[in-house]
Amino acid sequence: MNNRARSWVSGVVRRQYFWGIVGILVLLMLNTIKKPDYLAITMNPATGNLAGNLIDILRAAAPILMIAIGMALVIATGGIDLSVGSLMVVAGAVSMEFLKAAGDASSVGAMLGALGLALALSGILGAVNGVLVSVVGLQPFVTTLVMMLAGRGVAKVITSGQNTSASNDPFRWIANGYLFGLPAVFLIAIAIVVLVSLVVRRSALGLMIEAIGINPQASRMAGVKPRGLIISVYTIGGVLAGIAGVFAVSSAMTVDVSRTGYQIELDAILAVVIGGTALIGGKFSLGGATVGAMLIATLDKTVVFLGVSSSATPAFKAAVIIVICLLQSKRVRTFISRRRARGTPPPRPVEPLPVRKEEVPA
Amino acid sequence: MDRPPIVEMKGISIEFPGVKALDDVDFRLFPGEVHSLLGENGAGKSTLIKALTGVYQLDSGTILVEGEERRFRSTAEAQAAGIATVYQEINLCPNLTVGENVMLGHEVRKRFGIDWRATHRLATEALAKLGLGGLDPRRPLSSISLALQQLVAISRAMVINAKVLILDEPTSSLDAAEVAALFRIIRQLRDEGVAILFVSHFLDQVFAISDRLTVLRNGRFEGEYLRGDIDRATLISKMIGKDLDALKALGSSQPTAARDRSATPLLTAVGIGRKGALQPTDIDVHPGEVVGFAGLLGSGRTELARLLYGADRPDSGQVLVNGEPTHLHTPADGLEHGIAYATENRRDDGIIGDLTVRENLILAVQAGRGWARPLPRREQDEIVREYLTMLNVRPADPDRPIKELSGGNQQKVLLGRWLATNPRLLILDEPTRGIDVGAKAEIQEEVAQLAGDGMSVIFISSEIEEVVRLSERIVVLKDHHKVGELVNGPEVTAQQIVELIAEHDDSAEHAPLSEEAA
Amino acid sequence: MNATTSTRPPAGGFRDLTGRVWQMNRRALPTMAALVLFVGMLGYGELAYGRILQYNTMSNLLINNAHLILIAVGLTFVILMGGIDLSVGAVIAFASVAGVMLVNAGWNPWLAAVMMVAMGAGFGAIAGALIHHFDVQPFIATLATMFLARGLASMLSTVPERLPADSALRLVNHSFKLIDGPKVNDLVITPGVIVAGLVVVVSVFVLHRTRFGRTVYAIGGSEQSAQMMGLPVGQTKVLAYVISGSLAGIAAVVYTSRLGAAQNITGIGWELDAIAATVIGGALLTGGAGFVLGSVVGALVIGLMTVLITRDGGIPPEATTIITGGILLVFVLLQRGIIGRNRQ
Repeated sequence: MNNRARSWVSGVVRRQYFWGIVGILVLLMLNTIKKPDYLAITMNPATGNLAGNLIDILRAAAPILMIAIGMALVIATGGIDLSVGSLMVVAGAVSMEFLKAAGDASSVGAMLGALGLALALSGILGAVNGVLVSVVGLQPFVTTLVMMLAGRGVAKVITSGQNTSASNDPFRWIANGYLFGLPAVFLIAIAIVVLVSLVVRRSALGLMIEAIGINPQASRMAGVKPRGLIISVYTIGGVLAGIAGVFAVSSAMTVDVSRTGYQIELDAILAVVIGGTALIGGKFSLGGATVGAMLIATLDKTVVFLGVSSSATPAFKAAVIIVICLLQSKRVRTFISRRRARGTPPPRPVEPLPVRKEEVPA
Repeated sequence: MDRPPIVEMKGISIEFPGVKALDDVDFRLFPGEVHSLLGENGAGKSTLIKALTGVYQLDSGTILVEGEERRFRSTAEAQAAGIATVYQEINLCPNLTVGENVMLGHEVRKRFGIDWRATHRLATEALAKLGLGGLDPRRPLSSISLALQQLVAISRAMVINAKVLILDEPTSSLDAAEVAALFRIIRQLRDEGVAILFVSHFLDQVFAISDRLTVLRNGRFEGEYLRGDIDRATLISKMIGKDLDALKALGSSQPTAARDRSATPLLTAVGIGRKGALQPTDIDVHPGEVVGFAGLLGSGRTELARLLYGADRPDSGQVLVNGEPTHLHTPADGLEHGIAYATENRRDDGIIGDLTVRENLILAVQAGRGWARPLPRREQDEIVREYLTMLNVRPADPDRPIKELSGGNQQKVLLGRWLATNPRLLILDEPTRGIDVGAKAEIQEEVAQLAGDGMSVIFISSEIEEVVRLSERIVVLKDHHKVGELVNGPEVTAQQIVELIAEHDDSAEHAPLSEEAA
Repeated sequence: MNATTSTRPPAGGFRDLTGRVWQMNRRALPTMAALVLFVGMLGYGELAYGRILQYNTMSNLLINNAHLILIAVGLTFVILMGGIDLSVGAVIAFASVAGVMLVNAGWNPWLAAVMMVAMGAGFGAIAGALIHHFDVQPFIATLATMFLARGLASMLSTVPERLPADSALRLVNHSFKLIDGPKVNDLVITPGVIVAGLVVVVSVFVLHRTRFGRTVYAIGGSEQSAQMMGLPVGQTKVLAYVISGSLAGIAAVVYTSRLGAAQNITGIGWELDAIAATVIGGALLTGGAGFVLGSVVGALVIGLMTVLITRDGGIPPEATTIITGGILLVFVLLQRGIIGRNRQ
């Protein structure tokens, strides 16, 4: 292999989400081994809609995609959002209750009303998270942990504990309809990812988020104001979680107040770190988070397809997160780099002083 | 007195990637003596202390404690050998009581667990050795003053029967009366035979308390002196590495500035101060003027600069920009008013390591515009091109992460960041520290040029000759306050500045002695 | 010298005595407040609904919340150090499912109980190692062990696993009548409650009368200072998480015995109840302050709240989570406000 090709290959390999893509391919390969026509895509001649296992994966990936994007932004600022699952179910609950009350099963107005209400509520709750973190100064995990608990409670109160169902064709189309032969929900999700990416990267938002995540002190000295940024990031996360909730309830037109969005924060964190964003904050990759979300959707489908009990997946995902934490930890990284630099003597043991991330006044 | 030293450090060398922190340093501590360690930034004082107390391991050299060679692998081991350290940050636990803090790790244990009565009794005994026998050990630590907390920290040394007591910047947060009280106790301990290592940048205090002094510079041993054998001015010159004659020769090439100072100054600060950092100070900066801040480490120059920028909130005083009273409470405020501040600590306050050179360059400009108005690519490219060439940044690759650049080039990029905001006042804090000679000259030239173009500059440097060479007016600071101002001219020399700093108030030194006699 | 020093012994007299008592107990103030809150709720409940302040209600309060008291105590150790443990509910689920399955497979029930505690300790050890040796933030490490435990429990079984009706383990829930009151109003106690009580007593002893306990408080006050003082910070941190896990294991024994069954969905949300209990009891989430007895009061407050809500009938049961979350938020904000004021 000549030099140019070699450096291209090493550039691709070093891209953090390369391993995510490898993971997806490995999983698809496993499925194909079990059933050789796993990857087959068929087209319904009457409607032009595509069908097949891959299509199912795309459909399943949509809500995870939304949450992963939001989580990537929050983690980049050095925070975390454990409440995304609960914000999903709040959005789902509010939309179902609204549609049920609206009655008209074909009204586009009702659908828009439900959408608007759902996203507004989840956005407001996200903003509450942001204010508590940046203005009041509460730790992100405490704030979002409380919101996680309270949010699901709010959803239950909205539906009086019931798993509300509703009928509304335009709303139902979101998760069940097709556009250009592909599931509409997936295309909408991709469109939103593209929109968020454009906003974040075309404006200075991405730059400033990364700056405060990497070095909050230096960012402050450069005139960056963290407060508004943090509130925006949690609000965006809330709205995206609301969209994910809409996707989730739209497929069966029912909200399951106990199960919708349950434990999805695990999926989001996993997707984000697989995609190359460090848990400690700083540089983030929305593309990487997308790959991570696709990997998780593929993983979920594979587990079911291979006949492994689906209850095993959370344990497996947790194990993967632990491994990634280890890999991202300083101790392991210095160990690996020490191994690589064979010529240099090992660094002297220095008694480590615990370093706490500086709290920077807004 | 011919007592053997209790601690002897010989030929100590410690190297970190890229810098030799200590190079063949000798140091010794005698029992019953107060020995001060002096040196400017990067001299190696804290490294030497950490080598002695087991925080750092030695690359070469030996440490002898009471004649035996020792290597400490942890602070616990050093403590077990009788070496106690009290750091500037008073490493105690504010949530526990006084007695608990004194005895932490050494509580009296009986059959049913810790015997608090006996433990508190021992605590009171240890405190009594410092004259604090009446302090209730059951009080929360947070309820007593910082000065008393420091004494509590020292009393921990009494608990372990320390033979060596290291005090690292013990007086930074104390007022004059508290310092006098601390010195009484230090002298008492010294008379009881404890060897005391005293580190402080307050020259007056060092001279008042020390029996012996050692000067380090750039990791090397400059000399050990008995207090009676050396005078202040010589000591300062040893610390900055130039002897007095050379200082006399370092004159200013500036003609006496015929600056019209009747016009409204660009920036006026009246009585600006911050508790524990700077006493209320007045200062003016005129448009297009270069003002130099001269002073030793810890004199308050950076603290004053930070207050003028808005990086810190003042406790007192007022700032006027072009005659208008302004509140500078955040760096964003400073930037809004055309003030820029290039910090001395580029690792913590300056570079955003993982971001590229381009991103670091435009950050301050972008922050001023807010997130919604991104700097157009064309303008970004212009800024990048202009400053990478003007400052000769190497490699001139804007898309490289800034952490991959050398220290000097990082410094240049940071300078570019501030220049890109077109400030009316640029504060440069140690802009040439830790960078190679070539880059140094480039930056100095740039500063002179900018001033010529009408920008006001505040130039802070520990290298006195730099300040003398570049400033129109020199503000001299010492021990957290301003001691004088000089208008630069052909007769002004570095020696004058050193003598301003060396000047001391005789009455302060004699007061403790007279109390003792009574 | 400084005016705040008393260089002479206290001048004596009532005023001085109250001054000293006030100072010494200032840190216990939040815990006192929790006690007042609890008593107030008792009073309110008796007035509003009746039949609160009587033997059987009080007995049930203790019996039904023994498991919560146990995990609240465990969490106190960890929170005092400035950490957190989100895995306790999931660990209870795993330990109880595994334990019941062991009993059903023929194991000696007491041995199975010991295994349950050991499994809890194991999860604690994993978390402690991640946090101390690999610098992982406590909430991430225990979030991961939480999902791990929950997942492993689901892998073992997704349906309720029942203890045999005659299993010796059920004895832990055997009621002993202490006072025989009219009709069903008896003062009753179970070994589960006694176990919880013993754990509380031992924990108070450990935290206030051993060097390990004082080191826990020291680390919470300032980890850097504790390190500089030569205290064994690493060992202490890992041990505190092991304790938290072990107490979750004991809670699993007590809870399973009471229910007679175990399921993988047990314990969802319990970590939040435990955190709320410690915070109500006066512990600072940032570490360094708090008392085990306070956490016990906090656990009883939460238990009583559930009782009152059920009695009321007007508040939907779904609202309990919002109320718990709300109370936790209020207390955390109060803590923040007090700390903020002290800083100035």
